[in-house]
Amino acid sequence: MTSLPKRPSAKKLGLVIDLDTCVGCHACVVNCKEWNTGGYPAPLTDQNPYGKDVSGAWLNRVHTFEAGEGAEGRTIHFPKSCLHCEEPLCVTVCPTGASYKRDEDGIVLVDEDRCMGCGLCAWACPYGAREMDMGVGVMKKCTLCIDRIYNENLEEVDRVPACVSTCPASARHFGDLGDPNSAVSRLVAERGGYDLMPEQGYKPTNKYLPPRPRRDASTAGAKPEALDEASPEGGFLGWVDRLLSAV
Amino acid sequence: MHPAYSVIFFTTASGAGFGLLALLGVLGPLRLLPADRWFGLSALFLAFALAVGGLLSSTLHLKSPARARFAFSQWRSSWLSREGVASIATMAIAGVFAIGWVFFEATAGWWAAAGLLAALGALLTVFSTGKIYAVLKPIRQWHDPLVVPVYLLFALATGAVWLDAVVAVLAGGSVAVGLGTIIVVIGAWGTKVAYWKRIDQGRSPSTPESATGLGSLGQVRLLMAPHTEENYLQREMGYRVARKHTAKLRVVAGFFGLAVPVFLILAGWLLPTGAAAVCAVLAALFVSLGVVIERWLFFAEARHTVTLYYGDRVG
Repeated sequence: MTSLPKRPSAKKLGLVIDLDTCVGCHACVVNCKEWNTGGYPAPLTDQNPYGKDVSGAWLNRVHTFEAGEGAEGRTIHFPKSCLHCEEPLCVTVCPTGASYKRDEDGIVLVDEDRCMGCGLCAWACPYGAREMDMGVGVMKKCTLCIDRIYNENLEEVDRVPACVSTCPASARHFGDLGDPNSAVSRLVAERGGYDLMPEQGYKPTNKYLPPRPRRDASTAGAKPEALDEASPEGGFLGWVDRLLSAV
Repeated sequence: MHPAYSVIFFTTASGAGFGLLALLGVLGPLRLLPADRWFGLSALFLAFALAVGGLLSSTLHLKSPARARFAFSQWRSSWLSREGVASIATMAIAGVFAIGWVFFEATAGWWAAAGLLAALGALLTVFSTGKIYAVLKPIRQWHDPLVVPVYLLFALATGAVWLDAVVAVLAGGSVAVGLGTIIVVIGAWGTKVAYWKRIDQGRSPSTPESATGLGSLGQVRLLMAPHTEENYLQREMGYRVARKHTAKLRVVAGFFGLAVPVFLILAGWLLPTGAAAVCAVLAALFVSLGVVIERWLFFAEARHTVTLYYGDRVG
């Protein structure tokens, strides 16, 4: 049913993305693609993958932005996937009942056996979280790796989304944002986590942690100290130096 | 937004079909149109053909059209689903109305009730079409209170010119129908001009700064896109072609959709029946052409907030 749950779920599974530590390596993008082309929404197709005009459906993408000017400017790598909103217009506009928001944990999913590929949900998402899979003919989106996080065949440590498990900088955190005492909620509170485009009114579950301020703004543009003149006194290199200087 | 030709044809054709059906459903029972069998058959056939043709063409943009049958299920939340349900229900009721007009040459009594109900259904269908676009908050140009009135008025305007054409060809023309047509065509374009003014003056509440939440650091600009090639989102929502020709295309749309047909209808009043009929049919074709351009602009001018993540400053 594309009507939303009557009350927002108590449990709100989602991601917290740390823009301070993300190094922009795209490992999360690749592992997301890797897992999801073999897992629950499989396959996640590409068109013309080895030729010109490569194209394909990806559930997570990393953009890189610059903010600010000159020495104060910052480069910020910005991963973006479905934010599992509390008010997901993508769900309510769906005419077939393929899009739905789960009552029990707030995850937004697509039932691929009902999706007719009209694309209206992608229009309804302000964040660009949904992409049409041209090979399969249905809409694809982040499932929060629903086939990992509840998978009892995996070690408990692996029951996190593929993007979280692979991040080498620990810039991605997974947990229950509906529980104010969860690790992710505490992280959001400590670091001033925020919503993307709050003015659109979708109430996204995923939060972003802002880049930390520079340690000392006065050193931002300072030149490094000049290196000392190389003049070894003794030992082998001193002997070579004296010898070559004498020649 | 990328203008899909199937969707442009769909909204133009089915808008005209349901507009014509609404007019027939009201003017027939009011005895303002001939209760003649051949008139009813021609006018209702045209309305059905436009509506059904439009609805069928809308399935062309689906990636899995076989599952379109599910699209009638979510009328509780989805305007697209409501449009589907309303269109089928309207066709069924209009079918009953058509039986009376074509087989019994009757448009009164219960047949009239069917006609009025079909007219209501036709308007509800077009209302739903407009709502599909109007609820989409990320697209400022569509999330506008004038979008639904414009859809309804253009459905009635295109329906009216086709009705005027049928009346001119089969019933020797009618100044009253022609005058009514001119009024509703002017009303539709007048509302459209007001809409264009609104979208030209409005601003999206979203910016690259709000989209990334990085505004406190300064102005945000894209340094590297996530991939080297264009993706589905950019193809579907990053359409830029002809945006720079917007002003000219608006004039072209108004010329074909308003000036030419009004002139043709007026000229028809001075010409003999045969020539007047040709003028009326040409007027209907020109209005439809103008509305196709208007509909194309409706897509091409619309900007989606997702483009803020791909280097656009304005969402």
